[in-house]
Amino acid sequence: MREFAYQKAADVSGAVALLDADPEARFLAGGTNLVDLMKSGVERPTRLVDVRQLPLDRVESTPDGGLRIGATVTNSDLAVHPDVRRRYPMLAQALLAGASGQLRNMATVGGNLLQRTRCGYFTDLTKPCNKRTPGSGCPAIRGEHHNHAVLGASSHCVAVHPSDMAVALAALDAVVHFETADGPDALPIGWLYLPVDETPHRETALPPGALITHVSLPPAPVAARSRYRKVRERASYAFAIGSIAAALDVRDGVVHDVRLAYGAVASRPWRAQAAERVLAGASADAETFAAAADAELAAARPLAHNEYKVTLMRNLTVAVLSELAEEAGR
Amino acid sequence: MTTTTVTAAPVRAVGRGHVRVEGRDKVTGAARYAGEVPFAGLAHGWLVLSSVARGRIEEIVTAPVLEMPGVLAVLHHGNAPHVETDFVGMMGTRPDPTCAVFQHDRVPHLGWPVALVVAETSEQAREAAESLVVHYDEQPHDVEFSAEDPDARHVDGHMPAVTDKGDLEAELAASAVVVDVEYTTPEEHHNPMEPHAAMARWDEGRLELIDSNQSATWVVGDIAQLFGLDPASVHVRSEHVGGGFGSKGVRAHQVAAVMAARVLQRPVRVVLTRRQMFTLAGHRSPTIQRVRLGAEADGRLRALDHRSLSRTSTVYDFVEPSAGVARVMYDADAHHTENRVVRLDVPSPTWMRGPGEAPGSFALEAALDELAEKCGLDPIELRLRNEPDKGPVSGLPFAARNLRACFEEGARRFGWDRRDPRPGVRRDGRWLLGSGTAGASFQAGALPSTATITAEADGTFTVRIAAADIGTGARTALTLVAADALDVPTDRIRVRIGDSAFGPAGIAGGSMGTRSWSWAVTAASSELRERLVPGMEIPAQGITVRSDTTEAVAALARKERHSYGAQFVEVAVDPATGEVRVRRMLGIFAAGRIVNPLTAKGQFTGGMIWGLSMALHEEAARDAYFGGPVGADLAGYHVATHADVPHIEADWVEDVDPEDPVGIKGIGEVGIVGVAAAVANAVWHATGVRHRSLPIRPDRILTAGNGA
Repeated sequence: MREFAYQKAADVSGAVALLDADPEARFLAGGTNLVDLMKSGVERPTRLVDVRQLPLDRVESTPDGGLRIGATVTNSDLAVHPDVRRRYPMLAQALLAGASGQLRNMATVGGNLLQRTRCGYFTDLTKPCNKRTPGSGCPAIRGEHHNHAVLGASSHCVAVHPSDMAVALAALDAVVHFETADGPDALPIGWLYLPVDETPHRETALPPGALITHVSLPPAPVAARSRYRKVRERASYAFAIGSIAAALDVRDGVVHDVRLAYGAVASRPWRAQAAERVLAGASADAETFAAAADAELAAARPLAHNEYKVTLMRNLTVAVLSELAEEAGR
Repeated sequence: MTTTTVTAAPVRAVGRGHVRVEGRDKVTGAARYAGEVPFAGLAHGWLVLSSVARGRIEEIVTAPVLEMPGVLAVLHHGNAPHVETDFVGMMGTRPDPTCAVFQHDRVPHLGWPVALVVAETSEQAREAAESLVVHYDEQPHDVEFSAEDPDARHVDGHMPAVTDKGDLEAELAASAVVVDVEYTTPEEHHNPMEPHAAMARWDEGRLELIDSNQSATWVVGDIAQLFGLDPASVHVRSEHVGGGFGSKGVRAHQVAAVMAARVLQRPVRVVLTRRQMFTLAGHRSPTIQRVRLGAEADGRLRALDHRSLSRTSTVYDFVEPSAGVARVMYDADAHHTENRVVRLDVPSPTWMRGPGEAPGSFALEAALDELAEKCGLDPIELRLRNEPDKGPVSGLPFAARNLRACFEEGARRFGWDRRDPRPGVRRDGRWLLGSGTAGASFQAGALPSTATITAEADGTFTVRIAAADIGTGARTALTLVAADALDVPTDRIRVRIGDSAFGPAGIAGGSMGTRSWSWAVTAASSELRERLVPGMEIPAQGITVRSDTTEAVAALARKERHSYGAQFVEVAVDPATGEVRVRRMLGIFAAGRIVNPLTAKGQFTGGMIWGLSMALHEEAARDAYFGGPVGADLAGYHVATHADVPHIEADWVEDVDPEDPVGIKGIGEVGIVGVAAAVANAVWHATGVRHRSLPIRPDRILTAGNGA
């Protein structure tokens, strides 16, 4: 029988100390991904340090007009928080587009950011996978990859990040705060996820044993008119095949401010900066929106069976930005 | 002792909705399934499956595993008891060798059972099983299914591989309108909610099996043959079954459990994991189907050609007979139908809900829609113009064919007369809207069954029959049938099923269960009523009679006996994202006498939802390089969720055959038949694009463009 220790952390520093002492230990919050991975044998922790009871479950407004979201706030609670719904609707929509009601009641903000890819080779121990066993190979590249990456992938891994929430956070310039034995620190979400390159097993820039304590959202008036749209192969309870988080402020027919991020296209939530550069100050019309998408997707390197994602993301960009522009004009 | 009180019950039970008699047990958790019945001294087996798709086992390194905590034994081809596979079982075929585990060193597909690790706990068994090192001599495999495969062969299965009538090529050449199209359907899996599980126990030469199956009779027969036992010394119980859909016959886990129980002389349970079910529980083969229709300008068919190719393993010939549906649905001057099979290094497929008809109706009913478009005819009118007055190929008379009534009633309720036939012209925001229809049929067979009924001293009646309630509501249906046959209220009927000790009975499959079992129950009831004279005293042990329908079933006149249906679907398609959402479904069926309208509605709509799922979601991915499944779980294999299931309605029309001794036809499969075609036809009506490969995924919509 596969045995492991289970321990409830009393406080943040205690939790960090426990992981510092045991590199094979893992933090457990909602367990909605970790426990599955333990059942399939992908994760075999020696110890689970339960951080769910830590006092990190609050959502608070910050003096600058932003939001501070505790790491153990559940996806359900965050999605219905009035400040989130009013000031960052794309985040509420992204949360509600993910998983199922039962899972959202368990899943936490910290865990959501750190969930692993659902690539079918990654979760099957009988198959090679560079992310799971570095150097063993990536069978998805010549195998089943119709829902794999078209942006930022490498010849070592083409898996996509599964989170919806993280796509909205990427568009909102969230900052991820964490604690290590050396004290508190923080990373902008754009730096949290590492490029794939030759090291797909190294997924984040978090130091070993770091515990995410909270996520801060800077004020973003543009986000008051924002949207998350997720396309998936059935109406619910499926990961995206393409998604978009978009915020748009149009003044006198011109793009005054914009935020754009893509999901299910890369190993991380994909901030569409090239598209944002095209949009900034440009006329808010379908032609511009298409040009912006094309600028972003010029870097796409589709595989044999996922070229449709390029069309899908271009169409989504035009459709969602057009909807937002139309609402602004009303 | 009491006196008998067989008096006229005021209300007939059949035809009135009745909640499931075991419903409370199921929702409170009191009902126990095969994997959770407790046993003293139970040991747990965990199957080890091959990680190569073709080859030979060179070595199984058992020593380190046998040292692991709790491990009792490792069974494999080097030490397992012999089983005999040279016999023809209840289903009229020899057993799928996939169930005859550990008999040789050959590996015919990835996920083939190579060993069973038995331990004190399930966790110990699993840990040891996953630690077991097996060395293979791996050989090149082939799992690629192709229409051009030169090794494709005709295989009969449960119907002839080929039928011919008239001069097909001449009629095609003389046709004013011709449709010649190819359709494909993917590998699909049953995925019943309850995984396969079995507990075996030997007791003084007798074998007891607690199992989850579709027929205790089937399992007793095959297990007795495999192990060379007298069937009377094998006892199989299967009280509650959480879905079967064709996958729950005799499989590797039962055989492995029986072997281990014999070797260890203690009870052993083997449960399949969801992932293991993807290689050990059977599946529906993918199909490649070519349909050629030739018609006069008025839509009357001159030629109907339906050719289907499916795939099987290298060890067993199973054919998915998709061309069979064309033999009974529509008239034509010339008919040609054929089912061919290619052998590949994959697990053996098996029956899966609507075998043949589900994929076959997708091709045939979608091709008819294409013909209707070419002829400028309404799709329903086209079908009605080709209604046969006798079996189009067999020439046999029909036993109640009410397909026309299904279409007419369905059209009225769906609002079909308001439908604009032009494709691609309706919009609701970002969605294009369309509607489609298709016909459905499934054969109404019957299998010999025995039943006993005991008139108890307390005035109640106990019915015993080796029926299986795989979620259909069979136990409840038989309660209603018995109540009417005995003319007593349902609360005086106790129906016991799922036990081989009750004598042989037909399977819960092929839409034959309720028809076959009701026949036996009715026959026993008639005899019992003759025995019970009003006012007579019932002894303490009751009065028991036994029926056997073997002769009656054999004496049934040869006819084309089928259930029918008309499926109606409205879809919304977002051409920018490729999303397809079904908005509305209606199925109208002609399926004989409906025993329990409440559970019948559930079974019809359940079938229709599966058809929706088949049209839009279900597809098992197989990796050509490794030869095995990818994403073999319910996150990777999508079935429709609640959010995918729209406003859905099922109803039925009168369907009476006065010459039929039972009147019940069976409704297990007909609900799924035709739905995928109706969805595909609706997608065309919405977008103007024909989608001929299932499932109709977003990427297929996106890459198909905007118009044919």
